[in-house]
Amino acid sequence: MSEWIEIGDLEDVPRRGARCVGVPGLRLAVFRTQQDQVFAIENRCPHRGGPLSEGIVHGASVTCPLHNWAFDLETGRAQGADAGEVRTFAVRIVAGRIQLALGELMRVAAE
Amino acid sequence: MKEKLVIIGNGMAPGRMLERLFETDPDRYQVVIFNAEPRVNYDRIMLSPVLSGEKQFEDIIIHGDAWYIEHGITLYKGCKVERIDRETRTVHSVNGISETYDRLVIATGSVPFIIPVPGKDLAGVVTYRDLDDVHAMMLAAKSRGRAVVIGGGLLGLEAAAGLNDQGMDVTVVHIMPTLMERQLDAAAGYLLAEAVKARGIKLMTSANTRQIVGETRVTGVELADGTILPADMVVMAVGIRPNAALARDAGLAVNRGIVVDAQMRTSDPAIYALGECVEVEGQVFGLVAPLYDMAGILAAGLLGEPAEFVPVATATRLKVTGINLYSAGDFAEGEDREEIVLRDATAGVYKRLVLEHDRIVGAVLYGDTGDGAWYFDMLRKGTDTRPFRDTVIFGQAYQGGTPLDPMAAVAALPDDAEICGCNGVCKGKITGAIAGKALSSLDAVRAHTKASASCGSCTHLVEQLLHLTLGDRYNPAAVQPICPCTGYGHDDVRRLIIAKALKSIPAIMQELEWRTSCGCAKCRPALNYYLLADWPGEYVDDSQSRFINERVHANIQKDGTYSVVPRMWGGVTSPRELRAIADVADRFAIPAIKVTGGQRIDLLGVKKQDLPAVWADLNAAGMVSGAAYAKGLRTVKTCVGSDWCRFGTQDSTGFGIRLERFMWGSWTPAKVKLAVSGCPRNCAEATCKDIGVICVESGYDIHFAGAAGLEIRGTELLCHAGSEDEAFEIVVALTQLYREQGRYLERIYKWAKRVGTGSIRAAVVEDRERRRHYFDRFAFSQRFAQIDPWQERVNGRDAHEFAALAEFGPPVAAQ
Repeated sequence: MSEWIEIGDLEDVPRRGARCVGVPGLRLAVFRTQQDQVFAIENRCPHRGGPLSEGIVHGASVTCPLHNWAFDLETGRAQGADAGEVRTFAVRIVAGRIQLALGELMRVAAE
Repeated sequence: MKEKLVIIGNGMAPGRMLERLFETDPDRYQVVIFNAEPRVNYDRIMLSPVLSGEKQFEDIIIHGDAWYIEHGITLYKGCKVERIDRETRTVHSVNGISETYDRLVIATGSVPFIIPVPGKDLAGVVTYRDLDDVHAMMLAAKSRGRAVVIGGGLLGLEAAAGLNDQGMDVTVVHIMPTLMERQLDAAAGYLLAEAVKARGIKLMTSANTRQIVGETRVTGVELADGTILPADMVVMAVGIRPNAALARDAGLAVNRGIVVDAQMRTSDPAIYALGECVEVEGQVFGLVAPLYDMAGILAAGLLGEPAEFVPVATATRLKVTGINLYSAGDFAEGEDREEIVLRDATAGVYKRLVLEHDRIVGAVLYGDTGDGAWYFDMLRKGTDTRPFRDTVIFGQAYQGGTPLDPMAAVAALPDDAEICGCNGVCKGKITGAIAGKALSSLDAVRAHTKASASCGSCTHLVEQLLHLTLGDRYNPAAVQPICPCTGYGHDDVRRLIIAKALKSIPAIMQELEWRTSCGCAKCRPALNYYLLADWPGEYVDDSQSRFINERVHANIQKDGTYSVVPRMWGGVTSPRELRAIADVADRFAIPAIKVTGGQRIDLLGVKKQDLPAVWADLNAAGMVSGAAYAKGLRTVKTCVGSDWCRFGTQDSTGFGIRLERFMWGSWTPAKVKLAVSGCPRNCAEATCKDIGVICVESGYDIHFAGAAGLEIRGTELLCHAGSEDEAFEIVVALTQLYREQGRYLERIYKWAKRVGTGSIRAAVVEDRERRRHYFDRFAFSQRFAQIDPWQERVNGRDAHEFAALAEFGPPVAAQ
């Protein structure tokens, strides 16, 4: 993992909330939990394409606003009886700033 | 060519017969069914809960349309057969449809017995047999008039209880001195009569009906002693008799019922009969267990494996919520008979066992019926009770030196032991479904297997199987927890929020020992609402615990865009508002504009980032959020009332606007839609709303608890108000009561059904002081609620919601 790109301040994302990140060719959202863990996942529910960034964040999970599928933010896997997965992305916090791995983003966006 | 099997009748007996047939050989016959009722097969035993409002028709369907399609059955609904031509093996229906048969099954059931008194044909005299009868009764009950039920047997009492639940003034007229005398002895009949009277149902026993009085419609019932009971409806529930007319006309042997042998064959070898229409060895049958036995026998016969029907004792259970009654067998006194009786007056328990040569031949249980199945099992098997004669009356749990574990008894049953007689579900099917489908509640087992979903008498067995299969994971607590994060139900949480003065979501989770660190998408929105409703002005809304629509004050659409609905007070608008809407649609290229059912305009397809600017333009024209997304006050629909309409009795538009101006912004457990109609023609469709007002010459009829969505329900009349101010106060107080008692996402009609209209009326109609308190609490809460959420966001609140955290340009080609 070579290059990291800064996308904003940790404080810009509400606790138990999410923000979208605009990357051409990709729907991406960054989530922040109550405990200030940060996750980046594809902002698209595999069920009907719902924007997961608009869902309710609980623990390290999010529930899709359209039909209540819940996903583990860390693994991207659907929980409970539903089967499906969203792509997860590397993300880190450096001095209160959120950083994404640029190479991975470029690669996925180009797919 | 397959043999063609034609069935006349589509009740529970032929339905069960076909299930058995298809289980063994689904392709043996081409099946055609004629059903005089215009519907699929349903559980007739469960009509009483439908009448009382505890269940809907959908809940009692046994075979849905898909089942008939799946098995390639031709089902003629609403198609009554008028003639069987045995020469040509053809049945003819009144609709002109005819079908030939290779084999014919007659399952025409029974018809209600109509006592031959003058007036029996008057309008308003109904029977209690099928869904149409139930609908007729429910419709008549809307008037909340007086009903007389003739017949104090099982059917009559269930009808009386249902009509009483529907708000009618009910009198039961019974010819015998005690109720249900065929199933109960006098002592149990007395206890039953007391319980029935305690519900407000009047009883006239030893009462003989002389005639039914009325010109064209029923106005009353006259008894033999000259007493006249006023009545708007009379229900005849004195019994049933086999419906054998069709068979008789066809020349088949008929006595009381269609005569069949032990293999269900009639006097014509190509024709079979089963169910309530038949007579076997001089006996006719009305309870479901023997009918299901017949179904199995006939299915076997049709498959070429003849078996013999042997009538056995049957058990009866009264399906009236709150009255526990069980009877089985024969309990007449006799020389070689003994009895064991247990009475506990305080607990309202009466048990009586009748024994003959130390074997149980009859059992009557009142109050505590848990051991019914155990006694019945011994009755059928002829178990010798001598080894435990001293304690048999105390029940199964008291047997032997060591207390018998009821679980052990269930555990010992083989997998093919039948648990649910009504639906023919065996133990293996239930435990298989519990394990295979991860079921954890009684309701789930009922949904998947139908076990205990009919009469409910095997409920305890199904619960034991849940316990056996799941161990400690099965929690039969009657209270359904809010979600897996807690063991508390909604009502407990609401109570404890007040009692312990819990004023934040973390405080609730800490004090009530939530199992998760920060809840889930089910409990958090509920807790947020409860705190907002209970601590107005103190609790700060937690936007991260709201569903997206309430967080961004617009409705998310399937493509992730939003719809925007500005308020139009009472559905009244102006050129200025319409211009502003048109301009905003142009400016932001909003792709769709639609008029809603609530008399407003919906702008669809707005991009999320445009929302604040769209709202700013609408605000500038004086419009605020219509809260079309909220669990809160939505619309107040009105008609033009006395302002314009030649029929209008009051200013319905003005009253609707007054209500909306006062109530907008309030949060409620689920959405609340109001309407005000200016006259009983009801152009604002007030009688399917959460709260609806119908103006009349003398004032305002206040209705509530309607629904017109997933469920369709007409409203109930709450009360009449003489003035607009009084109506206003009642509507507001009613809403506040609902805000304080409702469970999150529970609509007004469900809340009303749960708590009872009587308690609501007592709180906001009859007690003016209490009404005023509710009104004042609502008014106080509005001080913090009537802030336009759009305006706040135009001014910068929650700006992070409407913009991306970061935007990147198009990808740069890799070097």
